[in-house]
Amino acid sequence: MSEKPKFAMYWAASCGGCEIAVLNIGEKILDVDANFDVAFWPVAMDAKYKDVEEMPDKSILLTLFNGGIRNEENAHMAKLLRQKSQILVSFGSCATEGCVPGLANLSSREEVFAAAYDSITSDTLGIRPQYSYEVPEGTLTLPIFNTIVRTLDQVVDVDYYMPGCPPESHQIGAVIDLVIQVLHGQAELPPKGSVIGAGGSTVCDECGRIRNVKKITKFRRLHEVAEIDPVLCLLEQGILCNGPATRDGCGALCPAVGAPCAGCYGPAQDVVDYGARLMTAVSSVIDSNDPKEIDRILDDIVDPAGTFYRFNLAHSLLHASKTAVS
Amino acid sequence: MSEKFEPIIIGFTCNWCSYRAADLAGTARVKYPPNIRLIRLMCSGRVDPTFILKALSEGADAVLITGCHPGECHYIEQNYKTMRRVKLLQRTLAQMGIEPERVKLVWASAAQGVMLAQEITKMVEEVRALGPLNWPGRMREATIIGEHPAVEEVVA
Ligand code: SF4
Ligand code: SF4
Ligand code: FES
Repeated sequence: MSEKPKFAMYWAASCGGCEIAVLNIGEKILDVDANFDVAFWPVAMDAKYKDVEEMPDKSILLTLFNGGIRNEENAHMAKLLRQKSQILVSFGSCATEGCVPGLANLSSREEVFAAAYDSITSDTLGIRPQYSYEVPEGTLTLPIFNTIVRTLDQVVDVDYYMPGCPPESHQIGAVIDLVIQVLHGQAELPPKGSVIGAGGSTVCDECGRIRNVKKITKFRRLHEVAEIDPVLCLLEQGILCNGPATRDGCGALCPAVGAPCAGCYGPAQDVVDYGARLMTAVSSVIDSNDPKEIDRILDDIVDPAGTFYRFNLAHSLLHASKTAVS
Repeated sequence: MSEKFEPIIIGFTCNWCSYRAADLAGTARVKYPPNIRLIRLMCSGRVDPTFILKALSEGADAVLITGCHPGECHYIEQNYKTMRRVKLLQRTLAQMGIEPERVKLVWASAAQGVMLAQEITKMVEEVRALGPLNWPGRMREATIIGEHPAVEEVVA
């Protein structure tokens, strides 16, 4: 039975949503089972890192790697799975862009630890983990927590990128169909480095809301808007919407229900720096040429870095804040 | 501290008023420090925040953008857009711990060579006072594994 090609999926610094999205493809999961042997997939079956280490190089056909590289365990698994896989897919926003865990790149490691272990978020206040600890059975170790979160492609060579937080299940299904067709000689793989399971345009292009001339004199957060116009572009209503810089692929889910696009599908085709593109878009729609008034309008944007780089900080040109890398 | 820190500043000038100002400073032999590397674009409106971030991330200590005075942009009102972009970028940079003074916007007419030279001189001194940004060096260090100090031991 083991002539079937091997499939693996691994989670690094992520939330687990990508795994749920894969399980959400419904009966297509049976196609995966019919065409692949699952070699390694911690969320679905028991396996040890040692088992992967013992596999011959390139013996896994397809690995979906989700999650960013936060610590040395993540980095080790990225390198190991690269070595063992023919096709390595950077799966989801965390692996591809750092996503929300990547926002930790706004803070230093010490600030991250202080928030995690010395604040109210911890129930063992003030106790810090140690990298190594002696017990009668031997030495227990924890992986080194790196200074910054990196994306998968900042650590190893990546074949394909699949954006989304998480990738939409219908997109995952389509990619799985494609891979199965390739296996049966009915299709060809896209060029290495391609973004798969998404479009080549922007969320705005998929969005059904009506756009006129955008002229904004006040930005408002969702809770400050008494009634959201059901058909008008959200940006035109002064609600910061990341649609103009974001890759299409989700079907503009969020604006369809009155929530601004947060940018989870990452930068649109050919966008070098996601935040820069958004800053350009937002500055263009501000309806004032007066420096003081512009400042007043910009005061409405309370968290510019977190808004413009919510999913993309670790893959932005700067990658991190000065605080994080000082 | 033997050697004086010499900042590297990338300057984006528009083709019309502000590049001519820089040119005029040159032909009139008005001196300004060689720390600035000028790049001529058609209009300050061409300055995508991407250019500024790329300059900073690849080793520039600061970026100067010069354009025609408000109302005098040769492409009608692109320089107003530039003003909004620079303001927004400065806010984002400030939140990221990068001194907003490292990005500066100066208006200069074709006749203001002396003024532009003075502005450049002033900016070089301001950036010198801020110290090196050294982004490539910082990133290199941040990605070295195993060399950072161990996390504080347990203090329960
Ligand atoms: S800015 Fe947002 S609401 Fe407006 S068209 Fe684009 S995606 Fe739709
Ligand atoms: S609208 Fe934006 S945030 Fe919402 S799912 Fe689509 S890409 Fe993600
Ligand atoms: S042409 Fe000089 S700023 Fe536009």
